[in-house]
This record gives sequence, structure tokens and C-alpha cells, in this order.
Amino acid sequence: MMILSPWRADFPAIAALQRQDQTYLDNAATTQKPQALLDALAHYYANGAANVHRAQHLPGAHATQAFEDSRLKVGQWLNAGDSGQIIFTHGATSALNLLAYGLEHVFNPGDEIVISALEHHANLLPWQQLAQRRNLKLVILPLDSDGLIDLAAALRLITPRTRLLAVSQLSNVLGAWQPLPALLAMAKAQNALTVVDGAQGVVHGRHDVQALGCDFYVFSSHKLYGPDGLGVLFGRNAALEQLRPWQFGGEMVLDANYHDARFRPAPLGFEAGTPPIASVIGLGATLDYLSGLDQDAVSAHEAALHDCLLRGLVARDGIRLLGKPQLALASFVVEGVHNADLAHLLTEQGIAVRAGHHCAMPLLKRFELAGAIRVSLALYNDSEDLERFFAALDQALELLR
Amino acid sequence: MSLPVAAAQALQTFQDAAGWEQRARLLMQFGDRLPALSDADKCDANRVHGCESQVWLVGELHDGHWQFSAASDARMIRGLVALLLARVNGLSAAELQQVDLPDWFNQLGLSRQLSPSRSNGLNAVLQRMKALAG
Repeated sequence: MMILSPWRADFPAIAALQRQDQTYLDNAATTQKPQALLDALAHYYANGAANVHRAQHLPGAHATQAFEDSRLKVGQWLNAGDSGQIIFTHGATSALNLLAYGLEHVFNPGDEIVISALEHHANLLPWQQLAQRRNLKLVILPLDSDGLIDLAAALRLITPRTRLLAVSQLSNVLGAWQPLPALLAMAKAQNALTVVDGAQGVVHGRHDVQALGCDFYVFSSHKLYGPDGLGVLFGRNAALEQLRPWQFGGEMVLDANYHDARFRPAPLGFEAGTPPIASVIGLGATLDYLSGLDQDAVSAHEAALHDCLLRGLVARDGIRLLGKPQLALASFVVEGVHNADLAHLLTEQGIAVRAGHHCAMPLLKRFELAGAIRVSLALYNDSEDLERFFAALDQALELLR
Repeated sequence: MSLPVAAAQALQTFQDAAGWEQRARLLMQFGDRLPALSDADKCDANRVHGCESQVWLVGELHDGHWQFSAASDARMIRGLVALLLARVNGLSAAELQQVDLPDWFNQLGLSRQLSPSRSNGLNAVLQRMKALAG
């Protein structure tokens, strides 16, 4: 059955990649960009760049207006309402580091930080290093056999000692929604702060941070068809009061003397230095584009593609899936075949997939694997992309076996 | 500098190869012919880090000439390493300093294996060899 993407032509790079005989299936790493974003970037740079929140001149006013419009659009995208603030960072990794440094003062030796076994290094290492700095205990929630955080274990491990829970919404390796409502409820019952890493989750469907009820929600623009160098941190008002500035510099300050200073509240107090202005404006254009799509149609398209991917993989001998992928991606290994060899031969055939540990080394070690191949989908992919992938996979396996 | 005999043969074979598929088969054949490394040599000290697969590299000077041996658990990188060893084994220390290894892989039609984004480890192996050869 043909699965065509009505949005494919909105992403000019897909046609360009096709002319280079490349089939792009590494969307969980980064995505191609819609024409609307390219136009917004060109418009901003062609019509007068200026710094934001500083100058009284007209170009500065225009840039600031466009910049703040994007902040509103991000807030609307997450349905933040008046519940909190949108802070722009230089990436999801920066946002998580901001939290790990800016919340450091709330921890006392012996307190516990709870994360899960499937976290990306970006939602593991900042907490691991904070635990080492402050002599805290880092507690790892185990997974069940389907690759979901084990709720029975979580109930035991989230305790009055838990000061913060930081978990992924959707695993970048296992492609499964994590049971966030139950986990967040457990953490809140212990008065712990809650951080959701939405880097993968935000790309699929719409999410409502008020309904979710987390204190902080983090994502990166470039995985959501936006520009790179930009991350988003949503913080709930009450939680933001506990967050201290982490990086210091221009425009985040209210009043500065040589020996002391006072800082702005959120969001500007956490946006030291010149922000990625063009990227923020570009993300606004991407969100306008995405808001104009029929979300149900996008979800149905992605589900149909994912189903096609899974059926193709399980139909082949010796393929072992990691976990039980529900959407967006599938990671797998092939019995008796080194993933580096398979990656080599897929690359030779113009198939852009990811091989290796996917920035989740401890998770791969739990599966006792050195690496795996990951195929990840986006709304512009179609069934022909998957057919090319499967033809290349068959060819590679024929050579290797 | 004239090519070692094994290198000249490998070069001819790869230059005659048509297409990625044949090059892949050749790489696997070269890898399969790489002499096995003893388990004792597959130790952490000889591990080349920075590879998706496990690669070990050992180098010794015999009468002023380098003799490298290597192993990997992945077949493609084993083939690439075999082609590397074909080019450098038997060279004197001075000759090894002179040899342009990226150009060697370029001549073989395998230059893409050395692009910076590649995590297959050939770059790491070259660096390790440079470190061993001082």
C-alpha cells in the first residue's frame, strides 16, 4: 500500500536529498526544514537584523517584536497560558544544564534525583554531575520488558527523599510514550520538582504542559522542523521562583555594580547574552506552518508509516527490535551481523539512518549491545522511503550473511 | 616511493572494482584474510577508541621496519584496516612518516571512509598508528 505525504513538497531539502540519492530516515537526530522557515530566515536577514530587548531604534523594535511573537507562539504550542514562562536557550541540552545548575541550591547532601534507565545523555549527565557536586544520590528507574518505565519500581524508588524527577516523554531509542501522568503524580505526591525531556515527544502530536502538570518541559527546535541552536524551556511560575540564573551577561541584569548585581525575572533573566534571534523567529514560522496542518492527518500518516516500518522489520529473519516501539522510530539489531557493518552498507546505498549508541550508552549496555540501527520517521517521509530502506537492508544482509 | 607488492595488488583490485557492491565484497575478502590477533593482544592497551566497533592495533619494529597487526569484530573496518596494513607493513620508520594515508584510501576509492563524520574508526586507527610510530 502506498503511503504518500501531502507535506513532502513543503520541505525543499527532501527533493535535494533525493537528487543526491539520499533517503533521509534519521529524523530523531534532526529534521529537514519547511519552506516557511527558510523564507522567515531570509526575510529577517534581508530586511534588517538587530539585537533584541536593547535598542530603541526601529530595526531593534521590529526584531524584538518578531522575537516576542515567537515566544507567544511557543507558549500557545504548549498551551502554557499564564501558568508559566517560555525561556529560550541554545538547545535542549542547554536548557537541561540551566536546570541542573540553576536548581543546585535546592539540594542538600543525601537528597535524591530520579531519572530513568532510558535517558538521553542530555537528561542524564547534567543530573549525574549535579549529584557528584552536591553529594546527592542519582536513582535510576528501571524499564519493563516493553521498554517502559516500570511503575511498580517507580513507586518504591520515588520517596520523600526525592527532590527532583527528570524523565523523557518519548525515548529516542525505544520509541515508546513513557507513563508520565503516573510518574509525575508520584513525584508531586513527594513534593519533588518535575522535569520532562520533550525533545522527541514534542515532535509527535500536541502536548499541553498545563494538563501534563510538570514543573519544567524542555525541547529543541531543530527536531521540531525548526532551526538549530535553539532550545525551549517551559517553567511553571512557582517552579521558576526556585530557579536561579546560571549564565550571566548582557540583558539579563536589572542593575549592575562592580561588586554586585540584581537580575531580571524569567524569561529574560535566563537569557544572558544575545539569543539566537533568527532561530527564534524561524521557529515561530515553523510553528505557524505546523499549526496550519491537520494534526490528526499528520498523526495518522506517521502511524501508518510506523506500522509499515515495523511490519517490514519483523517480516525479516533475525531482526530483533529494541523494546516495543509505538511510534516515530524503531531501533534494531540483526543476529550475527555487526551494526557497524550494516550501517556501512546502508550508507553506501544512500540510506541515512543512525547507527551506534544514540547518546544513550547506559541503555544500550542494559540491552548488552554495543549499538543498534535506528530508523526514525518524519511527516514528510513516505512509503517509498521505506521501500528504498528495505531494499537496501535486504541487499546489505545478503552481502553480509 | 614504490608501493609494497601487497599494496600494489590491492590497488589494482580496487581500481578494477565496479560499484559499491563489489568494493564491499572485496573489503570483506581482505578483512577475512587479515591474520588473527592473539587473545593476549586483544587487550585494552591495544584497543583503538573512537570506533563503533572494537578495533585493536599492535605495531612492532623489526630490524627498523614496521610490522603492524590488527583485529576487529566488524567486517568492513577489518577490511579497511587490512588495506591500511598492506600499505604500511615493512616500511622503515622514515618511510612510514612520509606515506600519505588519506591519499592511499583515496586511490582505493574509499576516501569517504575518512570523512570526519564517520564513526567507523578508520580515522581513529590512523591516529593510533601515528602515535605508535612516533
